[in-house]
Amino acid sequence: MKRALLLTSLFTILTIALSAQVPSLPDPEWQQIVKHMPQLPAFHPPEPKRIALPNGMIIFLQEDHELPLIDGIARIRGGSRDEPANKAGLVEIYSEVWRTGGTKAQTGDQLDDFLEIRAAKVETGPGADSTTVGWSCLKENFNDVFNIFLDLLQHPEFRPDKLDIAQKGLFDAISRRNDDPGAITQREAVKLAYGKDNPYARVPEYATVAAITRQDLIQWHDTYVHPNNIILGIVGDFDSAVLEAKLRQAFGSWAKGPKLPQPNIQFTPAKSAYYLVTKEDVNQSNIRLLGLGTTKRDPDYYAIEVFNEAFGGGFSSRLFRDLRTTKGLAYSVGGGIGTRFDHPGILQLGIGTKSQTTVEAIQGLYEEMDDLKTHPLTDEEINRAKDSILNSFVFNFDTPEKVLRERMGYEFYGYPLDFLERYRTGVEKVQSADVARVAAKYMHKDQMPVLVVGNPAEFDKPLSSLGPVINVDISVPPPPGEKAER
Amino acid sequence: MKRRILQSLAVAFLLSTLAAAQNLASFEKNTTVKKLPNGLTVVIHERPEAPVFSFFTHVDAGSTQDPLAKTGLAHMFEHMAFKGTDKIGTKDYAKEKLTLEKVEKLYAAYIVERDKRIDRDDKKVAELEKAWKDAVKEADQYVVNNQFGLIVESQGGEGMNAFTNYDETAYHYAFPSNRLELWAYLESERFLHPVMRQFYDERNVVIEERRMRTDSNPIGRLVEQFTTAAFQASQYHRPTIGWISDLNTFSATDAENFFHEYYIPSNMVVAVVGDVKASEAMPVIEKYFGRIPSAPKPDERITDEPPQNSERRVALQQLAQPLYIEGYHRPDYLSKDDAVYDAITDLMSNGRTSRLYRALVRDKQIASIAAGFTGMPGIKYPHLFAFYAVPLPGHTTQEMAEAIHAEIERLKTEDITDQELEMIKTRAKADLIRGLADNTGLAQQLAIYQARYDNWRELFGSVDRIEKVTKADIRRVANQTFVPANRTVGVIETEKPKAAAATQGGAQ
Repeated sequence: MKRALLLTSLFTILTIALSAQVPSLPDPEWQQIVKHMPQLPAFHPPEPKRIALPNGMIIFLQEDHELPLIDGIARIRGGSRDEPANKAGLVEIYSEVWRTGGTKAQTGDQLDDFLEIRAAKVETGPGADSTTVGWSCLKENFNDVFNIFLDLLQHPEFRPDKLDIAQKGLFDAISRRNDDPGAITQREAVKLAYGKDNPYARVPEYATVAAITRQDLIQWHDTYVHPNNIILGIVGDFDSAVLEAKLRQAFGSWAKGPKLPQPNIQFTPAKSAYYLVTKEDVNQSNIRLLGLGTTKRDPDYYAIEVFNEAFGGGFSSRLFRDLRTTKGLAYSVGGGIGTRFDHPGILQLGIGTKSQTTVEAIQGLYEEMDDLKTHPLTDEEINRAKDSILNSFVFNFDTPEKVLRERMGYEFYGYPLDFLERYRTGVEKVQSADVARVAAKYMHKDQMPVLVVGNPAEFDKPLSSLGPVINVDISVPPPPGEKAER
Repeated sequence: MKRRILQSLAVAFLLSTLAAAQNLASFEKNTTVKKLPNGLTVVIHERPEAPVFSFFTHVDAGSTQDPLAKTGLAHMFEHMAFKGTDKIGTKDYAKEKLTLEKVEKLYAAYIVERDKRIDRDDKKVAELEKAWKDAVKEADQYVVNNQFGLIVESQGGEGMNAFTNYDETAYHYAFPSNRLELWAYLESERFLHPVMRQFYDERNVVIEERRMRTDSNPIGRLVEQFTTAAFQASQYHRPTIGWISDLNTFSATDAENFFHEYYIPSNMVVAVVGDVKASEAMPVIEKYFGRIPSAPKPDERITDEPPQNSERRVALQQLAQPLYIEGYHRPDYLSKDDAVYDAITDLMSNGRTSRLYRALVRDKQIASIAAGFTGMPGIKYPHLFAFYAVPLPGHTTQEMAEAIHAEIERLKTEDITDQELEMIKTRAKADLIRGLADNTGLAQQLAIYQARYDNWRELFGSVDRIEKVTKADIRRVANQTFVPANRTVGVIETEKPKAAAATQGGAQ
């Protein structure tokens, strides 16, 4: 009894003490753990060795002895943005036939047999500003595999039977390009942001692919594949000194080629309107608000990164919170101001929502943009975004291969090799005024063309209730000599 | 001459076996496994390459466990596992809890009236719906939106995500290594005190996910119809994402019940890979995950699919280009022939030396892609081995079927070559090695092998099993499995767009 009484009074005291402390409740458990968290140990990722050959070829060697593997990739200047418009698809075809067409000494099929039994790969690939040839192999097969890589780099044959297969494959892709609304959206968004004839936006057509000849592939290779256009990166279980000697031997006598001209590319976003692609067999609309972003050289780059994270990035972003979590309008929502190394990225805000909330979702995106003026991103939102970038910073270089890839990218685009370190410093320095400036500069809903891929018969309101609508015809132009299907 | 080749092959075989064994020995030294008293299994693999770690939480419950008329519930709970706990994501849990209980009561009343078959009162339905939605608004005022994800992100979490399939549900991300305790706290709290807040808004998010993946995508539509046709008795006939009427009906209470039944320690494996020391990390993990109360393992039995005795066929008329897929029933992953199916997959589908690529893409030039694969739609229960092909313009799905069947016939009647067999085995070993250098992938592999075999070493054992596959095994299994009566076919046939036609309606 006495004991119970004591307990009761103790309880009363405790309750009083607690209620008196309400304004400064103890930190939640997770914050207490964060407070007592150990320091992250200092970490200096292994730096690749950079070698500049006299003929202009740049090589990065990154030793990694964890596993008995050696992988490499050569990135070569010149990509689909540089192909003639009447041969759109050339680089895609080239990059396939480069490998499947084999070398002067061996057919592509012979290479396949030789490599696959060793679980090795040598593969070529296309890009907008470059092509690649790379390999992956067990260390024990490195010499054989490297010789194939070298042979492909210097003596490809582009056999016509493989050109034929590649063209058929691309015809097939063209015939299927309007099957998936996601693919349509991506393709048409680039056209609206950059201009439909922009080299980053144009797509292969039956006629442009049919026009590609073996001679075009040979000529492409002769024009672009010179040591001074190549950055080679190798990562794996090797000794750099030994490998360097081997590479100097392999590439030393390869003569330099002419310097490539700088491309002159125009970026002209479409005028503000509602661009509608009608797709009758969907019950969800893909929506994009579009514009032109900037490059990573822009002094605003770091503020843009913070803005993007806070506004349209992950779980903590405003778009995710307002349009997905609280309104349940979308599974996929997000966006931001795109940045690229050597040309402006795409500014885009996107959402996928049921046909019946299409206009509502567009207005929802507009409201978010307006809200940035009346309720600018708060210090808390900005700090969270910075924390998110800075606390996960180590994941930019937590494997030797990632470090190598970063360095190769900076080298390719002529950025300082310590760009990643500058990025960290840049983000740390971002203030709310910087973020507000960036928002004010880019978030202009009146200037942004809006792409909608969906089924207008089921929209909540016609798009024309928002403004002028332009119907986009995405039907595929038939092959030369054939009539349209409709 | 012939003898010497055989000898050198034997030597190569011996060497590679040794190498694999050595790998396992050194790998084993860095790997610690512990079953906690509550039944939860922890696997830690030390890989101190950089100050980071990845984890993978494997829950042995997938959409196969969805209750009747509640398809999509396992996946729905996965979404809810990002909504926080009684301490994270709330402004005042005591009050929030009361309002959430009110939401559930009102929702149940609304559903009863909405789904009345006779004498439904539409006015009453509208009133009940409004009352329920008002209660949702009331509950929402206590919510701190996305606080769980926000903590993970701002603390440097990388790649935070989760997935649900027919067999399992999994959660994963990576953290800087100094946040091990924070992770252990967050991840265990999420499965100790999950709160079903904002459930009905999240349900709309999931419905949008269904629209994106299935309703508005021709391949998504085909795969759903094909799988549904191939399984009639087995729970594999139900889509993971759920049927629309179930999505529009199940409740937060249903999700909570599902959680209590299946998210129990003996159903969970947690794997951690990276810059952690097992001696330091295990006590921390045990401290937090040990709190989850143990419970008896739920019944995992599902309905057995009876033998199929004639071919089934699903043909979808679509505004899309043609596509061909066919599947054959096979036993589950514990079958002694599991590795034989893996070998067949590799032989038929892996790269430009694969038989289907060479036959359909390179030689006949009738397809742009052709391949076979196993594990459709899951592996835990008897499932399908499938083949598919993408016809080039001007070629038909019938030509795909014939060309695939010709290759299947070769499998049944001719031994594969020595070279092919060697290639399959070498690639299996190399793929294993390639997978060892990635924290996230490795955590996933270790957790899944531990869950499926109660032994992570089976990750290496799977390669040993492929090593033992013979040419006769491949012929035998092909003859057993790839027979017409055991086959389900799915095709997309191109429908011409009708200029004035009303909508075809994406949903099936």
